[in-house]
Amino acid sequence: MSNPQQLMLREQYGTPEQQRESVTFGMWIFLATEVMFFGGLFMAFTVYRVLYPLGFDEGSKDMSIVLGSINTAVLITSSLTMALAIHSASMAKLKRASFLLLTTAFIGLVFLAIKFTEYYQHYEAHKAPGVWFESSSPHANAMELFYVFYFAMTGLHAIHMIIGITLVVIFAVRAYCGSFNSEYHTPLEALGLYWHFVDIVWVFLFAIFYISGLHT
Amino acid sequence: MSTVVKIPTAETPNYLTEERGILSWLLTTDHKRIGLLYLASVTFFFFIGGIFALLMRLELATPETDLVSPHTYNELFSMHGIIMVWFFLIPSIPNTLGNFLIPMMIGAKDLAYPKLNLASWYIYMFGGIVALYSMARGGVDTGWTFYTPFSTIYSNTYVVGAALGIFISGFASILTGLNFIATIHCMRAPGLTWFKLPLFVWSHYATSIIFVLATPILAVVLLMIAVERIFQVGIFSASLGGDPVLFQHMFWFYSHPAVYIMVLPGMAVISELVAAFSRKRIFGYTFVAYASVSIAVIGFLVWGHHMFVAGTSVYSAMYFSLLSYAVAVPSAIKVFNWTATLYKGSISWDTPMLYAIGFIGLFTIGGMTGLFLAALGVDVHVTDTYFVVAHFHYIMVGGTIMAFLGGMHYWWPKISGRMYPEGISKLSALTVFLGFNLTFFPQFVLGYLGMPRRYAAYPPEFQTLHVLSTAGATILGAGYLMPLIYFFWSWHYGPIAPPNPWRATGLEWRTPSPPPKHNFEVTPVVTQKAYDYDAMKEELGLV
Amino acid sequence: MNSLQLLPQTASTVATEWNWLFWMLVAVCFLVASGIAIVLVYWAFRYHRKSENELPPQIEGNIKIEATWSIIPFVIFLGMFGWGAHLYVRIEKPPVNAREIYVVAKQWMWKLQYQTGQREINTLHVPIGEPIRLVMTSQDVIHSFFIPAFRVKQDVLPDRYTTLWFEATKPGKYHLFCAEYCGTKHSGMIGWVYAMEPQDFQRWLEEGGSEGSLASTGEKLFHQFGCANCHHFDASGRCPLLTGLYGTEVHLIGGKTVVADETYIREKILHPRGQPIEGYLESVMPTFAGQVSEEQLLALVSFIKAIGPGAAALPRSSSGTSNVQFGQQKGIAGPGATSISGSRPKDR
Repeated sequence: MSNPQQLMLREQYGTPEQQRESVTFGMWIFLATEVMFFGGLFMAFTVYRVLYPLGFDEGSKDMSIVLGSINTAVLITSSLTMALAIHSASMAKLKRASFLLLTTAFIGLVFLAIKFTEYYQHYEAHKAPGVWFESSSPHANAMELFYVFYFAMTGLHAIHMIIGITLVVIFAVRAYCGSFNSEYHTPLEALGLYWHFVDIVWVFLFAIFYISGLHT
Repeated sequence: MSTVVKIPTAETPNYLTEERGILSWLLTTDHKRIGLLYLASVTFFFFIGGIFALLMRLELATPETDLVSPHTYNELFSMHGIIMVWFFLIPSIPNTLGNFLIPMMIGAKDLAYPKLNLASWYIYMFGGIVALYSMARGGVDTGWTFYTPFSTIYSNTYVVGAALGIFISGFASILTGLNFIATIHCMRAPGLTWFKLPLFVWSHYATSIIFVLATPILAVVLLMIAVERIFQVGIFSASLGGDPVLFQHMFWFYSHPAVYIMVLPGMAVISELVAAFSRKRIFGYTFVAYASVSIAVIGFLVWGHHMFVAGTSVYSAMYFSLLSYAVAVPSAIKVFNWTATLYKGSISWDTPMLYAIGFIGLFTIGGMTGLFLAALGVDVHVTDTYFVVAHFHYIMVGGTIMAFLGGMHYWWPKISGRMYPEGISKLSALTVFLGFNLTFFPQFVLGYLGMPRRYAAYPPEFQTLHVLSTAGATILGAGYLMPLIYFFWSWHYGPIAPPNPWRATGLEWRTPSPPPKHNFEVTPVVTQKAYDYDAMKEELGLV
Repeated sequence: MNSLQLLPQTASTVATEWNWLFWMLVAVCFLVASGIAIVLVYWAFRYHRKSENELPPQIEGNIKIEATWSIIPFVIFLGMFGWGAHLYVRIEKPPVNAREIYVVAKQWMWKLQYQTGQREINTLHVPIGEPIRLVMTSQDVIHSFFIPAFRVKQDVLPDRYTTLWFEATKPGKYHLFCAEYCGTKHSGMIGWVYAMEPQDFQRWLEEGGSEGSLASTGEKLFHQFGCANCHHFDASGRCPLLTGLYGTEVHLIGGKTVVADETYIREKILHPRGQPIEGYLESVMPTFAGQVSEEQLLALVSFIKAIGPGAAALPRSSSGTSNVQFGQQKGIAGPGATSISGSRPKDR
C-alpha cells in the first residue's frame, strides 16, 4: 500500500505538516461559522421564550422527554464510537476504524429514526405549523411559534446529521481501503470534530426544547 | 473569455496559456483563473445593477411617476440594491483581486483549498442565477432590506426566490472567508511573519473574519423569512406574536458588518496603491494593520444604529451611538496614515494613484457623514432620507468602486501581461470622479431637506437637485463604460508589460507578467518587511 | 414652486437645536474633508516624482502623531455623541401634559383621530406653542411618521403603539411623509401638517363635526363589547378595576411589574391571558382580537385614560366644556348594577 501521506499531499502544500495544520484549522473555522448559524436561531428562540414563557413552556411539555433522552444518549454514544474510530486509526488498526465508523453512522441513523418518529407524532397531534396546527390552549399562538423553532432547529440539525452520516460512510470505505494510516488521518480527525460539534448542538437543543418544560 | 490567448514572445507558459480550452477554465483550481472567472461575473452583475440605477435616476428626473409605474420603481430599487450589494460589491475586490493576489503576496502556490475556491464560484453563480431568475420572472419589491411584515405577508413578488439566491451565494462568501483565513494562517512563505505581511493581506484577513462570522446570520434570517412566507407562520409578524423588530435586529447584525466587508477590501487596495505610488512604506504600518482588525471587530457591535427610530429603547440607542463613534476612529486613523504617507514621498500621478487619492477624499466625506448619522438627535431627521443614500454611496461607490478600479489598473499588467492606455484611463478616472460627485452630493441636500428614500414621486421643490443627480449618473455611467472598453482592447493590443512596471515591492511583482501557474519557481524565503524600498533599492534600480 | 431650496424649514422647538448641531457637524466635516483634500493635492504636487529612479526617505511612523490623531478625533466624537444624545432625549421624551392625537397608519394613508372626535386623512392640524403627542399604530406593515420641518420621525409598527411628540413654533403648512418603505404607494403616503395660532386651532376644532369626544366613543364601545359586565366601575366586579388604573403599576404573576399604559391596555384587550395578573390566577377574559379595529382600540384606550387617576384632566370636547364624568352615569356604575346593553361575551 503506497504511503497515504504522499498520495494525499495536495499540490498547494509544501509539506504534510502544512496540510495537516491547514485541514484541521479549516475545520475549526467552519465550526465557528456553524456556531453563528445555529446561534442566530438560538438567539431568536431565546427572545421569544422570554416574551412568551407560558406558551413556550406548554410547547416544551408536549415533547417526549423519554425519546429526547434516548436520542441524547444515542448521539453521545455515536461520538464515543467516532472517537474510538479515530483512536484506532492512530493505532494503525484501519479495519477496526472502518467498523467503528460504520457503527457511528448506524447510530446516527437510529437517532434520525427516533427524530422522524417524533415528527410524525407531532403531526398526528396536529402540532405541525404551516401544515396542520391546532391547539385549544390560550397560548396557542406562542405554542405554534415554539413548534416553528422546534421543527426549524431540529430539522436543520437533522440535515447536518444526514450530511455527517454520508461523510462517515464514505470515510469508512476509505479507511477500509487504506487511505489513512497512523501518520496521516487528518481528514478523519476533521470529520470527528464535525461530528462532535453536531452532537453538542443536539445537547443544547435537547436543553431548550425538552428540559425547559419540566419544571412545572 | 477567449479560449486561445495570444501572448507574443512568451517563452515559458503562464497561467493563461498553460492550459487551453473552455474546460480548463471551468474546471480550474488555479486561484488566478478563478479570480478572472469572478471578474467576469461581477462585471456582468455590475452592469445589470447599473442599468437599474440608470432607470431609477431617469424616473427621478421628474417629480411624477411617469417613466415607470410605482410598483416597477419599487422593484428597480430593490433589485438594484440586491444585485449591487450581494452580487457585485461583496465579491468584487475579495474574489477578484483577493483571489488573484493573496497567494502571491504570501509566497504560496495557491490558496489553502483550491477546489473549495472553484466550488465557491459555482455556488455564487448558482445563487446569482436564482436571484436573476426571480427578477426576470416578476421581480422583488421589498427593498434589499426585506423588512417584515411587508416582505413576508404583504408583498406579491418573488421574495422567496430572491432570498434563496442570496442565501445560496452567501455560502460562497463563507467559503471564501474560510479559505482566506486558512491561507493566511497556514500558507505563508518561510520568514513571512504577520507583521511583514502587506496591508492588502491584513485588510482581507479582517474582511474574512466578517465573512465567516456574520454571513451565517444572514443565512438564518433569510431562511426564517422564507419559512414564514411559505408556511404562513408569523415568526416576524404579528399573527403568532412575532416581532418585526427582531427581524431588523437579526438582519442588521449581518448587514452592518457586511458594509465593512464591502469597504475593507477597498482599503486593502488603497494601502498598496498609496505605498507604490509614493514609493514609500505606509506611514504607521502597524496602526493600519490593527485598525483593519478593529474595524472588523467593532463593526459587529453597532448594528442598532440602523434602528434609532424603529421603536427600540433610548438606552440601547445610546449604546449603539457611542459604539458607532468608536468604529469611526480606526477608519480615521487609516485615512490619516495614508495621507501622511505622501509626505516627502515620490508621488507619481498614474491612474491608480488618481483613484487612490479620489478614494481617500470621497471615503472621508462618506465616513464623516456617518458621524451625522451616529448623532442620535440628527439621525431622527435624516434616517430613511436621501442623506443615508448619499452616505452609503459615497463609501460604496466613491470608496469601494474607485478602489476596485484603481486596483484593476494597478494589477492589470500582472493579470494580463499588458498595460492599459494611460491617457484615456486618466480621462475616465476624472469622468468617474466628477460624475460621482454630481450624482451623489445633491442627495445629501435632498436628505436634510426631508426627501424620503424609496420614493418614485416627490414634491416639486426637490426637482432641481434630482435633475443634477440624474445628470451626474449619466456621466458616471459613461465613466464606467470606458474602462470596460479599453481593458478589453488592451488584452490584445496593449503594450506588453514588464514584470514590475511600477517598481513596487511585494512578492507578486517578483514574477513574470502574467505569472506562471504555480506563481513561484522556488518558494521565496522572506526576510524583509512589507514596502521595504530601502532593502530593495538595488533590485528596483532606485537611488 | 420649483425654486431651489437649500435650507429646511424650522418650525418646532427641537428643530432649532437640531439646526445648531447639524451645522456644527457640517462645519467640522467641511474642515476635515477639505483639510485632507488640500493636503493630499498639495503634497501630490509638492512631492511629484522628479526623476524615474528617485527613492524618497522611508518614514516608518510616529507614535505621538498616531496618538494625537486617534485621541483628538475620539474626544471630538464624544462631544458629538453627547450633544446628539441630549437632543435625542429631548426628541423622545414628551412633556407631561401634551395634547394627544392618535394615528393609525395603513397602506397607503394616515388616519388621524383627535380626542375631541375629529378624524382626518393625511392631514394634521395642531396649535403652535403646545406640545403634541402622537400615539401611533399600523394596521398592516411598518410605516414611519415624518415631519421634516419639525425634525421628528418615528416608525409606526403593527400590533404595537409607538409615540412621537413635538411643539410647533411657526404657523404654516408642512410636509408629512411616510419614511419607511411600505409597498406600492409608499411615495403617495404623504400629507400636510397645519400649524395654527391657538385661537385659529380652537376655531378649527369647533368647526369640525364630530360624533363626540374619542373617550365618549370609547365609553360606548366599552358597553357595546360588554366590558362593563365584568369590569364594574367600583370594586364589586370579579375583574380588575379599571377606574384609576391608567398609568399605575400592575403586578404580574411571577413578580414582574408593568405600567398600565396604552400598549398594556391594547394588549389586554387583544391577548388577555398573555400576562396573568397577581390575584387573578385564571383569566376568564375573552380575547377581542379580530373583533375590534385599531381605531376602536384607541377609543377604548382613550376612555380608560379618561377614568384613570388623572381623570380631572378630561379631553377637551368641541364645545369647550367637559362636564361629563365618565363611569358614573346612571345605570352604569354603582353596586348592584346589572348588565346593560349588548350580549354577554362568550366564556372560553
